[in-house]
Amino acid sequence: MQLLTSSIGRKILMAITGQAMVLFAVIHLLGNSSIFGWLPGGINAYAHHLHSMPAPVIIGFRLGLLLFACVHIWFGIQLTIENRGGRPQQYAVKSVQKASFASENMIWTGSLLVAFIIYHLLHFTFQVISPETAAVKNMVDLHGANVPNVLGMVVAAFQNLFVTLIYAGAMLVLFLHLSHGIQSFFQTLGWSNDRVQPFITKAGTLVALALFLGYAAVPLTILLRILN
Amino acid sequence: MSDHKTMTLTLIVWRQKNASDAGKFETYTAKNITEHHSFLEMLDCVNEDLIYAGKDPIVFDHDCREGICGMCSQVVNGAPHGGQDRTTVCQLHMRKFKDGDTIYIEPWRARAFPIIRDLIVDRSALDKIIQAGGYTSCHTGGVADGNAILIPKPVADEAMDAAECVGCGACVAGCPNGSAMLFTGAKVSQLAILPQGQGEAARRVMNMTNTMTECGFGNCTNHYECMAACPKGINVKFIARMNREFLKAQFA
Repeated sequence: MQLLTSSIGRKILMAITGQAMVLFAVIHLLGNSSIFGWLPGGINAYAHHLHSMPAPVIIGFRLGLLLFACVHIWFGIQLTIENRGGRPQQYAVKSVQKASFASENMIWTGSLLVAFIIYHLLHFTFQVISPETAAVKNMVDLHGANVPNVLGMVVAAFQNLFVTLIYAGAMLVLFLHLSHGIQSFFQTLGWSNDRVQPFITKAGTLVALALFLGYAAVPLTILLRILN
Repeated sequence: MSDHKTMTLTLIVWRQKNASDAGKFETYTAKNITEHHSFLEMLDCVNEDLIYAGKDPIVFDHDCREGICGMCSQVVNGAPHGGQDRTTVCQLHMRKFKDGDTIYIEPWRARAFPIIRDLIVDRSALDKIIQAGGYTSCHTGGVADGNAILIPKPVADEAMDAAECVGCGACVAGCPNGSAMLFTGAKVSQLAILPQGQGEAARRVMNMTNTMTECGFGNCTNHYECMAACPKGINVKFIARMNREFLKAQFA
Protein backbone atom coordinates (compact mmCIF):
# COMPACT_ATOMS: atom_id res chain seq x y z
CA MET A 1 0.00 0.00 0.00
CA GLN A 2 1.31 3.42 -1.02
CA LEU A 3 0.71 4.91 2.44
CA LEU A 4 3.27 2.59 4.04
CA THR A 5 5.97 2.72 1.37
CA SER A 6 5.90 6.04 -0.48
CA SER A 7 7.71 9.22 0.51
CA ILE A 8 4.59 11.34 1.09
CA GLY A 9 2.54 8.41 2.47
CA ARG A 10 4.99 7.76 5.29
CA LYS A 11 5.22 11.50 5.93
CA ILE A 12 1.42 11.58 6.33
CA LEU A 13 1.53 8.64 8.77
CA MET A 14 4.22 10.47 10.80
CA ALA A 15 2.02 13.59 10.85
CA ILE A 16 -1.24 11.87 11.86
CA THR A 17 0.29 9.70 14.61
CA GLY A 18 2.26 12.69 15.90
CA GLN A 19 -0.77 14.95 15.97
CA ALA A 20 -2.85 12.25 17.72
CA MET A 21 -0.19 12.17 20.45
CA VAL A 22 -0.32 15.98 20.68
CA LEU A 23 -4.08 15.71 21.30
CA PHE A 24 -3.36 13.13 24.00
CA ALA A 25 -0.81 15.53 25.54
CA VAL A 26 -3.49 18.25 25.66
CA ILE A 27 -6.01 15.94 27.39
CA HIS A 28 -3.31 14.67 29.76
CA LEU A 29 -2.46 18.25 30.71
CA LEU A 30 -6.14 19.09 31.36
CA GLY A 31 -6.24 16.06 33.67
CA ASN A 32 -3.02 17.12 35.43
CA SER A 33 -4.43 20.58 36.03
CA SER A 34 -7.00 19.06 38.40
CA ILE A 35 -4.11 19.11 40.92
CA PHE A 36 -4.67 22.87 41.17
CA GLY A 37 -8.08 22.19 42.71
CA TRP A 38 -10.72 23.04 40.07
CA LEU A 39 -12.14 19.53 40.40
CA PRO A 40 -13.65 18.57 43.80
CA GLY A 41 -11.27 16.00 45.27
CA GLY A 42 -8.42 17.19 43.03
CA ILE A 43 -6.16 14.83 41.10
CA ASN A 44 -7.10 11.87 43.32
CA ALA A 45 -10.72 12.18 42.16
CA TYR A 46 -9.60 12.57 38.52
CA ALA A 47 -7.37 9.46 38.71
CA HIS A 48 -10.17 7.50 40.42
CA HIS A 49 -12.60 8.56 37.69
CA LEU A 50 -10.21 7.42 34.93
CA HIS A 51 -9.57 4.04 36.53
CA SER A 52 -13.30 3.48 37.13
CA MET A 53 -13.85 3.28 33.37
CA PRO A 54 -14.55 -0.20 31.95
CA ALA A 55 -11.36 -2.23 31.49
CA PRO A 56 -11.75 -2.63 27.69
CA VAL A 57 -11.85 1.18 27.32
CA ILE A 58 -8.67 1.64 29.35
CA ILE A 59 -6.81 -1.23 27.65
CA GLY A 60 -8.02 -0.14 24.20
CA PHE A 61 -6.92 3.46 24.81
CA ARG A 62 -3.46 2.36 26.01
CA LEU A 63 -2.98 -0.06 23.10
CA GLY A 64 -4.07 2.66 20.66
CA LEU A 65 -1.53 5.10 22.07
CA LEU A 66 1.17 2.42 21.99
CA LEU A 67 0.34 1.68 18.34
CA PHE A 68 0.54 5.39 17.41
CA ALA A 69 3.86 5.73 19.25
CA CYS A 70 5.29 2.63 17.54
CA VAL A 71 4.25 3.79 14.03
CA HIS A 72 5.66 7.28 14.71
CA ILE A 73 8.97 5.90 16.04
CA TRP A 74 9.33 3.23 13.34
CA PHE A 75 8.85 5.61 10.40
CA GLY A 76 10.79 8.36 12.19
CA ILE A 77 13.87 6.14 12.37
CA GLN A 78 13.38 4.73 8.87
CA LEU A 79 12.97 8.17 7.25
CA THR A 80 15.89 9.65 9.20
CA ILE A 81 18.23 6.88 7.97
CA GLU A 82 16.99 7.35 4.38
CA ASN A 83 17.38 11.12 4.58
CA ARG A 84 20.93 10.92 5.93
CA GLY A 85 21.70 9.00 2.72
CA GLY A 86 20.08 11.70 0.57
CA ARG A 87 23.18 13.87 0.95
CA PRO A 88 26.09 11.50 1.63
CA GLN A 89 28.74 14.22 1.55
CA GLN A 90 28.19 17.39 3.58
CA TYR A 91 29.26 20.90 2.53
CA ALA A 92 32.52 22.24 3.93
CA VAL A 93 30.67 25.40 4.99
CA LYS A 94 27.30 24.96 6.66
CA SER A 95 24.85 27.75 5.89
CA VAL A 96 21.36 27.53 7.39
CA GLN A 97 18.62 29.78 5.97
CA LYS A 98 15.24 28.51 7.18
CA ALA A 99 15.84 25.29 9.13
CA SER A 100 15.73 25.54 12.92
CA PHE A 101 17.51 23.74 15.76
CA ALA A 102 14.16 21.99 16.38
CA SER A 103 13.67 20.88 12.76
CA GLU A 104 17.23 19.57 12.45
CA ASN A 105 17.14 17.57 15.69
CA MET A 106 13.73 15.85 15.60
CA ILE A 107 15.29 12.38 15.84
CA TRP A 108 17.24 13.37 18.98
CA THR A 109 14.41 15.24 20.73
CA GLY A 110 12.18 12.27 19.82
CA SER A 111 14.68 9.79 21.30
CA LEU A 112 14.89 11.80 24.53
CA LEU A 113 11.08 11.84 24.73
CA VAL A 114 10.93 8.04 24.35
CA ALA A 115 13.44 7.69 27.23
CA PHE A 116 11.42 10.14 29.32
CA ILE A 117 8.08 8.43 28.60
CA ILE A 118 9.52 5.04 29.69
CA TYR A 119 10.80 6.65 32.91
CA HIS A 120 7.49 8.48 33.46
CA LEU A 121 5.43 5.27 32.97
CA LEU A 122 7.65 3.35 35.44
CA HIS A 123 7.39 6.30 37.84
CA PHE A 124 3.70 7.22 37.91
CA THR A 125 1.82 4.52 35.95
CA PHE A 126 3.50 1.29 37.06
CA GLN A 127 4.87 3.03 40.19
CA VAL A 128 8.01 0.91 40.56
CA ILE A 129 10.62 3.72 40.82
CA SER A 130 9.62 5.03 44.29
CA PRO A 131 7.55 2.13 45.72
CA GLU A 132 7.33 3.66 49.21
CA THR A 133 5.25 6.62 47.90
CA ALA A 134 3.35 4.61 45.23
CA ALA A 135 -0.26 5.79 45.06
CA VAL A 136 -1.70 2.26 45.01
CA LYS A 137 0.05 1.43 48.30
CA ASN A 138 -1.13 4.57 50.09
CA MET A 139 -4.91 4.53 49.86
CA VAL A 140 -6.81 7.57 51.10
CA ASP A 141 -10.46 8.32 51.71
CA LEU A 142 -12.34 10.28 49.03
CA HIS A 143 -16.01 10.95 49.85
CA GLY A 144 -16.22 7.54 51.52
CA ALA A 145 -14.38 5.64 48.76
CA ASN A 146 -10.90 4.20 49.25
CA VAL A 147 -8.72 5.57 46.39
CA PRO A 148 -4.97 5.64 45.57
CA ASN A 149 -3.18 8.75 46.86
CA VAL A 150 -1.92 10.17 43.53
CA LEU A 151 -1.50 13.64 45.06
CA GLY A 152 0.82 12.31 47.78
CA MET A 153 2.90 10.38 45.21
CA VAL A 154 3.26 13.37 42.89
CA VAL A 155 4.06 15.85 45.68
CA ALA A 156 6.65 13.49 47.21
CA ALA A 157 8.31 13.05 43.80
CA PHE A 158 8.54 16.72 42.87
CA GLN A 159 9.88 17.86 46.24
CA ASN A 160 13.07 16.31 44.93
CA LEU A 161 15.01 18.87 42.85
CA PHE A 162 16.56 16.19 40.62
CA VAL A 163 13.18 14.64 39.68
CA THR A 164 11.68 18.08 39.01
CA LEU A 165 14.62 18.94 36.74
CA ILE A 166 14.14 15.70 34.76
CA TYR A 167 10.44 16.48 34.22
CA ALA A 168 10.91 20.18 33.42
CA GLY A 169 13.83 19.35 31.10
CA ALA A 170 11.80 16.70 29.29
CA MET A 171 9.00 19.23 28.77
CA LEU A 172 11.51 21.64 27.22
CA VAL A 173 12.48 18.84 24.82
CA LEU A 174 8.76 18.31 24.10
CA PHE A 175 8.46 22.03 23.31
CA LEU A 176 11.31 21.79 20.79
CA HIS A 177 9.84 18.65 19.18
CA LEU A 178 6.36 20.16 18.86
CA SER A 179 7.49 23.64 17.78
CA HIS A 180 8.48 21.93 14.51
CA GLY A 181 6.00 19.05 14.65
CA ILE A 182 2.67 20.87 14.93
CA GLN A 183 3.18 23.17 11.94
CA SER A 184 4.63 20.22 9.99
CA PHE A 185 1.35 18.34 10.46
CA PHE A 186 -0.57 21.02 8.53
CA GLN A 187 2.03 21.29 5.77
CA THR A 188 2.21 17.51 5.36
CA LEU A 189 -1.56 17.05 5.07
CA GLY A 190 -1.61 19.90 2.58
CA TRP A 191 -3.65 22.15 4.87
CA SER A 192 -1.37 25.10 4.18
CA ASN A 193 -0.51 27.81 1.70
CA ASP A 194 1.57 30.99 1.69
CA ARG A 195 -1.18 33.01 3.42
CA VAL A 196 -1.80 30.71 6.39
CA GLN A 197 1.68 29.17 6.75
CA PRO A 198 3.18 31.97 8.90
CA PHE A 199 0.10 31.85 11.17
CA ILE A 200 0.27 28.05 11.47
CA THR A 201 3.96 28.23 12.38
CA LYS A 202 3.31 30.80 15.12
CA ALA A 203 0.20 29.01 16.43
CA GLY A 204 2.05 25.67 16.50
CA THR A 205 4.90 27.18 18.51
CA LEU A 206 2.39 28.83 20.89
CA VAL A 207 0.57 25.52 21.49
CA ALA A 208 3.95 23.85 22.13
CA LEU A 209 4.85 26.67 24.55
CA ALA A 210 1.50 26.38 26.35
CA LEU A 211 2.04 22.63 26.79
CA PHE A 212 5.56 23.26 28.12
CA LEU A 213 4.40 25.89 30.63
CA GLY A 214 1.37 23.85 31.69
CA TYR A 215 3.31 20.64 32.23
CA ALA A 216 6.28 22.33 33.93
CA ALA A 217 3.92 24.24 36.29
CA VAL A 218 3.06 21.10 38.33
CA PRO A 219 6.61 20.02 39.33
CA LEU A 220 7.86 23.60 39.70
CA THR A 221 4.99 24.78 41.95
CA ILE A 222 5.47 21.68 44.10
CA LEU A 223 9.24 22.17 44.31
CA LEU A 224 8.78 25.83 45.27
CA ARG A 225 6.17 24.78 47.90
CA ILE A 226 3.49 26.93 46.26
CA LEU A 227 1.44 23.74 45.92
CA ASN A 228 1.55 21.11 48.69
CA MET B 1 37.18 51.35 -15.27
CA SER B 2 40.74 52.25 -14.34
CA ASP B 3 39.77 54.19 -11.22
CA HIS B 4 37.85 51.21 -9.82
CA LYS B 5 39.47 49.45 -6.92
CA THR B 6 40.16 45.82 -7.54
CA MET B 7 39.80 42.92 -5.16
CA THR B 8 41.99 39.94 -4.44
CA LEU B 9 40.12 36.89 -3.20
CA THR B 10 41.05 33.45 -1.97
CA LEU B 11 38.96 30.70 -3.57
CA ILE B 12 38.72 27.22 -2.06
CA VAL B 13 37.23 25.17 -4.90
CA TRP B 14 36.11 21.54 -5.11
CA ARG B 15 38.12 19.73 -7.82
CA GLN B 16 37.10 16.24 -8.92
CA LYS B 17 38.20 14.55 -12.16
CA ASN B 18 35.13 12.32 -12.58
CA ALA B 19 32.35 10.53 -10.68
CA SER B 20 34.69 7.85 -9.32
CA ASP B 21 37.45 10.26 -8.22
CA ALA B 22 37.45 11.10 -4.48
CA GLY B 23 37.88 14.83 -5.14
CA LYS B 24 39.46 17.47 -2.92
CA PHE B 25 39.57 21.21 -2.29
CA GLU B 26 42.21 23.33 -4.08
CA THR B 27 43.06 26.92 -3.17
CA TYR B 28 43.32 29.64 -5.85
CA THR B 29 43.80 33.39 -5.83
CA ALA B 30 41.47 35.59 -7.89
CA LYS B 31 43.25 38.86 -8.77
CA ASN B 32 42.12 42.13 -10.34
CA ILE B 33 38.44 41.48 -9.68
CA THR B 34 36.14 44.53 -9.76
CA GLU B 35 32.74 44.89 -8.13
CA HIS B 36 31.16 44.73 -11.60
CA HIS B 37 32.33 41.19 -12.29
CA SER B 38 29.63 38.57 -11.97
CA PHE B 39 30.59 35.50 -9.97
CA LEU B 40 31.03 33.45 -13.16
CA GLU B 41 33.12 36.21 -14.80
CA MET B 42 35.34 36.16 -11.72
CA LEU B 43 35.79 32.39 -12.27
CA ASP B 44 36.50 33.08 -15.99
CA CYS B 45 39.40 35.34 -14.90
CA VAL B 46 40.76 32.64 -12.61
CA ASN B 47 40.43 30.07 -15.40
CA GLU B 48 42.34 32.30 -17.86
CA ASP B 49 45.20 32.49 -15.35
CA LEU B 50 45.06 28.70 -14.91
CA ILE B 51 45.09 28.11 -18.69
CA TYR B 52 48.08 30.50 -19.16
CA ALA B 53 49.87 28.58 -16.41
CA GLY B 54 49.19 25.31 -18.26
CA LYS B 55 46.80 23.99 -15.61
CA ASP B 56 43.29 22.52 -15.87
CA PRO B 57 40.63 25.23 -15.60
CA ILE B 58 37.80 24.88 -13.06
CA VAL B 59 34.90 23.21 -14.85
CA PHE B 60 31.43 24.60 -14.16
CA ASP B 61 27.97 24.65 -15.75
CA HIS B 62 26.59 27.88 -17.27
CA ASP B 63 24.49 28.94 -20.21
CA CYS B 64 22.39 32.12 -20.46
CA ARG B 65 24.24 34.10 -17.75
CA GLU B 66 21.07 36.19 -17.46
CA GLY B 67 19.51 34.43 -14.49
CA ILE B 68 16.81 32.67 -16.46
CA CYS B 69 17.99 29.25 -17.61
CA GLY B 70 18.95 27.55 -14.34
CA MET B 71 22.08 25.96 -15.78
CA CYS B 72 24.63 27.45 -13.37
CA SER B 73 24.91 25.46 -10.19
CA GLN B 74 27.41 26.33 -7.48
CA VAL B 75 27.23 26.29 -3.72
CA VAL B 76 29.00 29.43 -2.52
CA ASN B 77 29.95 29.50 1.17
CA GLY B 78 27.40 26.76 1.87
CA ALA B 79 24.48 28.45 0.08
CA PRO B 80 23.20 27.28 -3.34
CA HIS B 81 23.62 30.12 -5.87
CA GLY B 82 25.36 32.14 -3.14
CA GLY B 83 22.38 32.82 -0.89
CA GLN B 84 21.24 36.13 -2.39
CA ASP B 85 17.43 36.23 -2.56
CA ARG B 86 16.00 35.05 -5.92
CA THR B 87 19.37 35.07 -7.66
CA THR B 88 21.18 32.47 -9.72
CA VAL B 89 24.94 32.38 -9.20
CA CYS B 90 25.50 34.00 -12.65
CA GLN B 91 23.61 37.06 -11.39
CA LEU B 92 25.52 37.19 -8.11
CA HIS B 93 27.96 40.08 -8.41
CA MET B 94 31.32 40.59 -6.79
CA ARG B 95 30.09 43.77 -5.08
CA LYS B 96 28.62 41.34 -2.54
CA PHE B 97 32.17 40.40 -1.51
CA LYS B 98 35.07 42.33 0.06
CA ASP B 99 38.75 42.50 -0.82
CA GLY B 100 40.56 39.65 0.96
CA ASP B 101 37.48 37.41 1.37
CA THR B 102 37.84 33.65 1.34
CA ILE B 103 35.12 31.93 -0.70
CA TYR B 104 34.26 28.22 -0.65
CA ILE B 105 32.86 26.94 -3.96
CA GLU B 106 31.31 23.47 -4.07
CA PRO B 107 29.06 21.51 -6.44
CA TRP B 108 25.41 20.61 -5.65
CA ARG B 109 25.75 17.76 -3.16
CA ALA B 110 23.04 15.08 -3.26
CA ARG B 111 23.02 11.32 -3.81
CA ALA B 112 20.76 11.78 -6.85
CA PHE B 113 23.23 14.25 -8.45
CA PRO B 114 26.52 12.41 -9.15
CA ILE B 115 29.44 14.74 -9.86
CA ILE B 116 30.57 14.70 -13.49
CA ARG B 117 33.57 16.95 -13.00
CA ASP B 118 34.55 19.70 -10.51
CA LEU B 119 31.40 21.83 -10.10
CA ILE B 120 29.28 20.03 -12.73
CA VAL B 121 26.75 17.49 -11.51
CA ASP B 122 24.43 15.18 -13.45
CA ARG B 123 20.91 16.57 -12.94
CA SER B 124 19.18 14.13 -15.31
CA ALA B 125 17.31 12.65 -12.33
CA LEU B 126 15.09 15.75 -12.52
CA ASP B 127 14.35 14.89 -16.18
CA LYS B 128 13.34 11.37 -15.11
CA ILE B 129 10.79 12.88 -12.69
CA ILE B 130 9.35 14.96 -15.56
CA GLN B 131 9.27 11.92 -17.85
CA ALA B 132 7.24 10.09 -15.20
CA GLY B 133 4.31 12.47 -15.60
CA GLY B 134 5.25 16.14 -15.82
CA TYR B 135 3.14 16.62 -18.94
CA THR B 136 -0.41 16.26 -20.24
CA SER B 137 -1.15 13.65 -22.89
CA CYS B 138 -4.56 14.91 -24.00
CA HIS B 139 -5.11 15.53 -27.73
CA THR B 140 -4.85 19.24 -28.36
CA GLY B 141 -6.33 19.19 -31.89
CA GLY B 142 -6.12 22.37 -33.91
CA VAL B 143 -5.51 25.81 -32.51
CA ALA B 144 -8.25 26.46 -29.96
CA ASP B 145 -10.27 29.67 -29.91
CA GLY B 146 -9.00 32.25 -27.47
CA ASN B 147 -10.79 31.92 -24.11
CA ALA B 148 -12.36 28.60 -25.14
CA ILE B 149 -11.23 27.26 -21.78
CA LEU B 150 -12.05 29.85 -19.13
CA ILE B 151 -9.36 30.16 -16.48
CA PRO B 152 -9.65 33.01 -13.96
CA LYS B 153 -6.59 35.26 -13.83
CA PRO B 154 -5.63 34.41 -10.21
CA VAL B 155 -5.68 30.69 -11.09
CA ALA B 156 -3.50 31.27 -14.16
CA ASP B 157 -1.13 33.36 -12.03
CA GLU B 158 -0.91 30.61 -9.42
CA ALA B 159 -0.02 28.05 -12.09
CA MET B 160 2.56 30.48 -13.50
CA ASP B 161 4.13 30.92 -10.04
CA ALA B 162 4.71 27.15 -9.96
CA ALA B 163 5.86 27.09 -13.59
CA GLU B 164 8.60 29.62 -12.81
CA CYS B 165 10.76 26.68 -11.69
CA VAL B 166 13.71 26.38 -14.09
CA GLY B 167 14.81 22.99 -12.75
CA CYS B 168 18.25 24.13 -11.61
CA GLY B 169 18.23 21.77 -8.61
CA ALA B 170 19.14 24.39 -5.98
CA CYS B 171 16.25 23.07 -3.82
CA VAL B 172 17.88 19.64 -3.80
CA ALA B 173 21.30 21.15 -3.09
CA GLY B 174 19.91 23.20 -0.19
CA CYS B 175 17.87 20.36 1.34
CA PRO B 176 19.70 18.55 4.18
CA ASN B 177 17.90 15.39 2.99
CA GLY B 178 18.73 15.85 -0.70
CA SER B 179 14.99 15.84 -1.43
CA ALA B 180 13.43 17.08 -4.67
CA MET B 181 10.03 17.83 -3.14
CA LEU B 182 10.01 21.53 -4.09
CA PHE B 183 10.89 20.74 -7.72
CA THR B 184 8.34 17.91 -7.92
CA GLY B 185 5.76 19.98 -6.01
CA ALA B 186 6.11 22.84 -8.50
CA LYS B 187 5.87 20.50 -11.50
CA VAL B 188 2.85 18.63 -10.10
CA SER B 189 1.14 21.91 -9.16
CA GLN B 190 1.63 23.83 -12.41
CA LEU B 191 -0.52 21.21 -14.14
CA ALA B 192 -2.90 20.30 -11.27
CA ILE B 193 -3.98 23.95 -10.97
CA LEU B 194 -5.17 24.13 -14.59
CA PRO B 195 -8.14 22.25 -16.11
CA GLN B 196 -6.00 20.63 -18.80
CA GLY B 197 -3.85 18.97 -16.15
CA GLN B 198 -6.56 17.75 -13.83
CA GLY B 199 -7.58 14.65 -15.79
CA GLU B 200 -4.24 12.98 -15.18
CA ALA B 201 -3.54 14.57 -11.78
CA ALA B 202 -3.81 11.39 -9.68
CA ARG B 203 -1.62 9.24 -11.93
CA ARG B 204 0.85 12.12 -12.30
CA VAL B 205 1.47 12.75 -8.59
CA MET B 206 1.93 9.04 -7.83
CA ASN B 207 4.30 8.40 -10.73
CA MET B 208 6.38 11.55 -10.21
CA THR B 209 6.82 11.10 -6.46
CA ASN B 210 7.63 7.39 -6.84
CA THR B 211 10.23 8.21 -9.50
CA MET B 212 11.65 10.87 -7.17
CA THR B 213 12.29 8.19 -4.55
CA GLU B 214 13.66 5.71 -7.13
CA CYS B 215 16.17 8.33 -8.32
CA GLY B 216 17.68 8.46 -4.82
CA PHE B 217 16.25 11.76 -3.57
CA GLY B 218 15.51 11.94 0.17
CA ASN B 219 12.19 12.72 1.87
CA CYS B 220 10.82 16.09 2.92
CA THR B 221 11.03 17.01 6.63
CA ASN B 222 9.74 20.59 6.27
CA HIS B 223 12.98 22.48 6.90
CA TYR B 224 12.05 24.86 4.02
CA GLU B 225 15.74 25.29 3.09
CA CYS B 226 14.61 24.60 -0.52
CA MET B 227 12.48 27.74 -0.62
CA ALA B 228 15.40 29.84 0.67
CA ALA B 229 17.71 28.37 -1.99
CA CYS B 230 15.30 28.72 -4.94
CA PRO B 231 16.38 31.49 -7.38
CA LYS B 232 12.79 31.75 -8.61
CA GLY B 233 11.18 32.02 -5.17
CA ILE B 234 9.05 28.87 -5.54
CA ASN B 235 6.97 28.68 -2.36
CA VAL B 236 6.64 25.55 -0.20
CA LYS B 237 2.87 25.95 -0.59
CA PHE B 238 3.37 23.88 -3.74
CA ILE B 239 4.72 21.02 -1.61
CA ALA B 240 1.55 21.31 0.49
CA ARG B 241 -0.50 21.24 -2.74
CA MET B 242 1.37 18.14 -3.92
CA ASN B 243 0.61 16.49 -0.56
CA ARG B 244 -3.08 17.32 -1.11
CA GLU B 245 -2.89 15.87 -4.63
CA PHE B 246 -1.27 12.73 -3.18
CA LEU B 247 -4.09 12.32 -0.64
CA LYS B 248 -6.71 12.92 -3.37
CA ALA B 249 -4.98 10.31 -5.56
CA GLN B 250 -5.54 7.69 -2.83
CA PHE B 251 -9.28 8.04 -3.43
CA ALA B 252 -9.10 8.37 -7.21
